[in-house]
Amino acid sequence: MRLIVPLQSVVQGRGGLIFGSLIPCALFYFLQLYLKRHRSHNPQSSPPSPTLSSPKLAELTRTSSRSNLFSRGSNGQVRISTRAISIAKPNDSPYYIGLEKASEDPFDRFGNPDGVIQLGLSENRLCFDLIEKWILENLKDSMMGSDDGDLNINGIATYQPFDGTLELKLAMAGFMSHIMGGAVSFEPSQMVLTAGATPAIETLCFCLADQGNAFLVPTPYYPGFDRDVKFRTGVELIPVHCRSTDNFTLSITALDQAFNQTRKHGTKIRGILLSNPANPVGNLLSREMLHAILDFAREKNIHIISDEIFAGSIYGDEEFVSMAEVLDSEGFDKDRVHIVYGLSKDLSLPGFRVGVIYSFNENVLAAARKLTRFSSVSAPTQRILVSMLSDTRFIEEYIKTTKRRVRNMYDLFVAGLKKLNIRCADSSAGLYCWADMSKLISSYSEKGELELWDKLLNVGKINVTPGSACHCIEPGWFRCCFTTIVEEDIPVVMERIQKAVKSTTNLSNSS
Amino acid sequence: MAIEIEKPGVGLSKVAVSETHGEDSPYFAGWKAYDENPYNESSNPSGVIQMGLAENQVSFDLLEKYLEEHSEASSWGKGAPGFRENALFQDYHGLKSFRQAMANFMEQIRGGRAKFDPDRIVLTAGATAANELLTFILADPGDALLVPTPYYPGFDRDLRWRTGVKIVPIHCDSSNNFQVTPEAMEAAYRCAESMNLKVRGILITNPSNPLGATIQRSVLEQILDFAVNKNIHLVSDEIYSGSTFSSSEFISIAEILETRGYRDSERVHIVYSLSKDLGLPGFRVGTIYSYNDKVVTTARRMSSFTLISSQTQHLLACMLSNREFSENYIKTNRERLTKRYDMIIKGLKNAGIECLKGNAGLFCWMNLSPLLEEPSRESELELWKIILNEVRLNISPGSSCHCSEPGWFRVCFANMSEQTLDIALERIHKFMERRRRN
Repeated sequence: MRLIVPLQSVVQGRGGLIFGSLIPCALFYFLQLYLKRHRSHNPQSSPPSPTLSSPKLAELTRTSSRSNLFSRGSNGQVRISTRAISIAKPNDSPYYIGLEKASEDPFDRFGNPDGVIQLGLSENRLCFDLIEKWILENLKDSMMGSDDGDLNINGIATYQPFDGTLELKLAMAGFMSHIMGGAVSFEPSQMVLTAGATPAIETLCFCLADQGNAFLVPTPYYPGFDRDVKFRTGVELIPVHCRSTDNFTLSITALDQAFNQTRKHGTKIRGILLSNPANPVGNLLSREMLHAILDFAREKNIHIISDEIFAGSIYGDEEFVSMAEVLDSEGFDKDRVHIVYGLSKDLSLPGFRVGVIYSFNENVLAAARKLTRFSSVSAPTQRILVSMLSDTRFIEEYIKTTKRRVRNMYDLFVAGLKKLNIRCADSSAGLYCWADMSKLISSYSEKGELELWDKLLNVGKINVTPGSACHCIEPGWFRCCFTTIVEEDIPVVMERIQKAVKSTTNLSNSS
Repeated sequence: MAIEIEKPGVGLSKVAVSETHGEDSPYFAGWKAYDENPYNESSNPSGVIQMGLAENQVSFDLLEKYLEEHSEASSWGKGAPGFRENALFQDYHGLKSFRQAMANFMEQIRGGRAKFDPDRIVLTAGATAANELLTFILADPGDALLVPTPYYPGFDRDLRWRTGVKIVPIHCDSSNNFQVTPEAMEAAYRCAESMNLKVRGILITNPSNPLGATIQRSVLEQILDFAVNKNIHLVSDEIYSGSTFSSSEFISIAEILETRGYRDSERVHIVYSLSKDLGLPGFRVGTIYSYNDKVVTTARRMSSFTLISSQTQHLLACMLSNREFSENYIKTNRERLTKRYDMIIKGLKNAGIECLKGNAGLFCWMNLSPLLEEPSRESELELWKIILNEVRLNISPGSSCHCSEPGWFRVCFANMSEQTLDIALERIHKFMERRRRN
């Protein structure tokens, strides 16, 4: 450093060592003070608000570059992007906190009976015995891949089409058609496969909207959408609130109101993001409602993303109608509809990372195909799934058995809650129920709801997802997944809910 | 009668309609020609031979042998007890056993000269995703990354498309074997400044694609010094680190950091993948190794969009933690690649063609500038078309790699059998003879 050189003469002259060491120290101290004062204007030390809309983004970039000037050459920290800064912050959503706590101290009936019971992850653990049986009987053949039984790694090692092999698309098309009751057939050429439904949603957002645009999304919604849609795309989500009086069904009036209000504020709406079957409520969109939404989208000239990932997890008697089925009967204007699917729920294989974008829009398909290079399905996984999904006998048995077991758990769980005077919203699908615990919260507010959530997690040791994490406008609702436990665990869950609720009452009495 | 007013079709995003995917460049156009008329030893002996795809097919037999002898890798044990857990595993931290195996493998490749902490490894579905992810994290839309030329054509798409980040080239030329110099780095930085772009990092590929050569220690030191001086990041894409022709010639940025006591390491990030060294691009396995805690945390969270299948993680954890297998693989793979390289260099020399002295990679950097009508990009593309259509070889023109000197071509040699390589060399020989006669 240039400061040191002229100071050497001070060291060597009179007053020698003391001045020689004092002066650089003093100068260094003042330099640090100067930098510190200016660094406090650095946005890195005062994190920006979580919802970054594009005008704010530009502003932040300018100030951080000014501070970069001051920290250059010092031992100033190297900067990361504005996007990354907000993602790096500790996650304060109860959805993620609960998941973490449950995984750190997982309940086990024998090994860890006081652990946290996981009811916050919509996973189906009821039918692994069937898949395991299939694996044992078929794995060797399915992995080997060629007729003579020799392992042909060449077939899966080399570069594959990024959007999935034709074999898997064919098998997937057949599977999707099967689970939707055969009411609609899917065309492999309109399919793009991705490493899970998560990148499927994100890829569609990148294709349909620009930074600063928005999607309308009915509430309550899956907490993961906040990440999938917003993290990297810069696209916003505008909630369209649904209420318990309609059993949380979407209304066109509410859609229209949200659309107009957003437009007034200068944000362009590019589409509607639906979950059908709905997560976290578990209800289905009726045929009439699907038509109405399609009409609305046409009128406003916007897209529809229909996330149908729970289409095969129907336990009720109501009929599931896919957007694809409605379009089939319509025969025109299909360009605005895109369906998302995946094997994480219906086939219980979230680890394998298999998602689907199904679109009727050639331009979207062309763009999405190219984007799959960033999130492709792994080749050995494609191979094993082609075998599994093409085994129609196995698939039929699996679908039938899953439906029966999920229905059984649903009945027992909801009955258990009923005994505690906790009613659930009407639902016919999904791996969870939407429970109304508003009578059990100390104050009818988000604060009250989170207090109960905290008691349920830390006193009751059960992880459920509070409605506020799903952006529900009415406090006190909780999503409880019941397919991650077994029948014997249900009474334990009910006991623990009581325990937690009782402790809440005590607290409010003492205050 | 009411007039039907045509409503505009529902619109797409700027990302969807942009050309930044680059699939209209000659790099990809050659692939189309190959797809339409692919060479096959028996059924289509006059077809186009693909020499534009950097894929490693020379060591499949080693992988197959391992899998045959170790069925536990591709299954989940007797009675499949581990299946359930594996099928449910979607934790973005990744399987610990797999991260440990990757860390060990990366250490082995570097001859133990650098240590890797499994907790600093972030898994992504391929190096393509890793590079894009890092760009999202290190730079904002409109910012710039400096990249030495010539560079892998895919970077134009991977680093720029969805991120909105720009690439400013660091020009290198044959006068010093295309090595990066401090002057060239400074010039690129000033160029970015003059365009009002904020430079956030420098991205190098070591060993280099398309040069097929490792970066020298002194140059690596200069690059790191430059990054420190400008307070920017340094991304080192070391995807070909296991494909060197001798173990000692490759020096990783990790080794430089180690000798410096990890000072200034929070700005360094290494990208790796099994697509080249292990010849498994279909498996989609990439990693980011970062010395910066915030980058590791953020990258992990962002990796939700690009997780590696748990089945694949399990399979590879078994394979790579088998020391006997991995040591033998690295050694044998190196020997076979060296043999291929020697074969192609000799064949090209006999045809009167010189290449840059290489010591790594799955390709060589061939100099055809003496054949150009004039030293221009147009001339180079003319020659490329002739080679594609007459000689029926798909090779990559230097201009698609942003090389500032026309006439250089990247030629891949590991994605075919030795017989096919012989045929390709024969065709080149005949082509050069024809040119000399005319």
